[in-house]
Amino acid sequence: MRPTGWLLGSLMVFILSWPALAFAAEHASVAVTIRPWWFWPVILFFFCLVLGILAVMAGVGGGVLYVPLVSGFFPFHIDFVRGVGLMVALAGALAAGPGLLRRNLANLRLALPVALIASIFSIIGAMLGLYLSSLNPDIIQICLGVTIVSIAILLLFSKNTEKPVVNKQDAIGLALGLRGAYWDDGARESVDWKTHRTLLGLFLFILVGLLAGMFGLGAGWANVPVLNLLMGVPLKVSVATSKFLLSITDTSAAWIYMNRGCVIPLIGVPSIVGLMLGSLIGVKILAVAKPKMIRYIVIAVLFFAGLKAIDKGLGLGFLG
Amino acid sequence: MSSQNKEDLQPTREQIIYANFLIIGVWAGIVILVLTYVIYVTGILPAHVEMSLIPKLWGKGVSEYQQMTHSPHGWGWVSLLARGDFLNYIGFALLALMTLICYLVLVRGYSRQKDWVFATIAALEIIVLSLAASGVLGVGGH
Repeated sequence: MRPTGWLLGSLMVFILSWPALAFAAEHASVAVTIRPWWFWPVILFFFCLVLGILAVMAGVGGGVLYVPLVSGFFPFHIDFVRGVGLMVALAGALAAGPGLLRRNLANLRLALPVALIASIFSIIGAMLGLYLSSLNPDIIQICLGVTIVSIAILLLFSKNTEKPVVNKQDAIGLALGLRGAYWDDGARESVDWKTHRTLLGLFLFILVGLLAGMFGLGAGWANVPVLNLLMGVPLKVSVATSKFLLSITDTSAAWIYMNRGCVIPLIGVPSIVGLMLGSLIGVKILAVAKPKMIRYIVIAVLFFAGLKAIDKGLGLGFLG
Repeated sequence: MSSQNKEDLQPTREQIIYANFLIIGVWAGIVILVLTYVIYVTGILPAHVEMSLIPKLWGKGVSEYQQMTHSPHGWGWVSLLARGDFLNYIGFALLALMTLICYLVLVRGYSRQKDWVFATIAALEIIVLSLAASGVLGVGGH
């Protein structure tokens, strides 16, 4: 087996072995009396390191993996997981922002109107999520599980288009000047783009904002299909603008969670630093290997995490 | 290649300024997070919530956790900066404030260009982010 194969194999085994931790988490009430305070933060750091590598290689955001997996397999309440999940997604998006803006891949004119709508509704989503969680955290667990399973299906079946054809720009896109150009290194050509179906796209960002705030997920998984498939923005610009968008959408929701006390440093710092380091390692690995298999493994893990959240919320206990 | 196309390929001045502010702020935030975390876990500064107590409480909802640890809501952490755990909030807050700071640059840039639509959008975003950051929304316990 090649070194890359070994590495990927080890990562797979590592990430898929977390159901064993779930068992430990179920018995956390006993475990905390014997385990020192640093036990779970250290495990969390290394878990997030691997998560960061996998997220980059699978082309998904850290937040969408972090919330379902950590809430399922660690002994933390979902309130803290969502608060930290948003900070994790925010830190990753902020770190990626400068490079994407300088290369003109993330487009400010496209991001600003979309971000305004998504951030307003991410605040509403965060408040609603905290309210529902205070009534009964199982409601959030079940809704989170359904959302995660839907995301896994979306990732599995959505076929993004590299360079969508937009024959005529709509009036709103034209009025807002939602157009641009970027240099495609692969094709050695400049690619012009403009939007269509702009109004419908803006409406959909209401839903994207709500889900991002309610579950602390980040929302790259939703931003990209709306920008690319619906509004006709090229894939590279969609991905980059989506990443940049997260830095705005997640900021507003993160403040709601932080002000409420949902960001505990003992959980937050190992998560943020672990995931950022993992992303840096992931980018290096991605430069030498682009295994498609990783994406399918991540989708399978998401399916499992989603079903686990539903199972936990319903109190069935089928998945440990 | 037309001059319009060449212009489109270049990032706008606002994008460059935004990127410059962001790169300084985000790495400063990360470094502060790591340093304050070291201060916290090594016990250089005493913690407001006893470290050994946290694993017993992190499985409870946030309202119960806040109540049992007598932790503050909103910006109440500022008065507890001498405590190792709340010192970490400087890094969190810096990360969460970066977008707001960058948007101030955008309003100025778009206003100079007399691009009033985008200046208004950026100003509205500042209001939204400020409201979220203020602690006015959603802080009440349940």
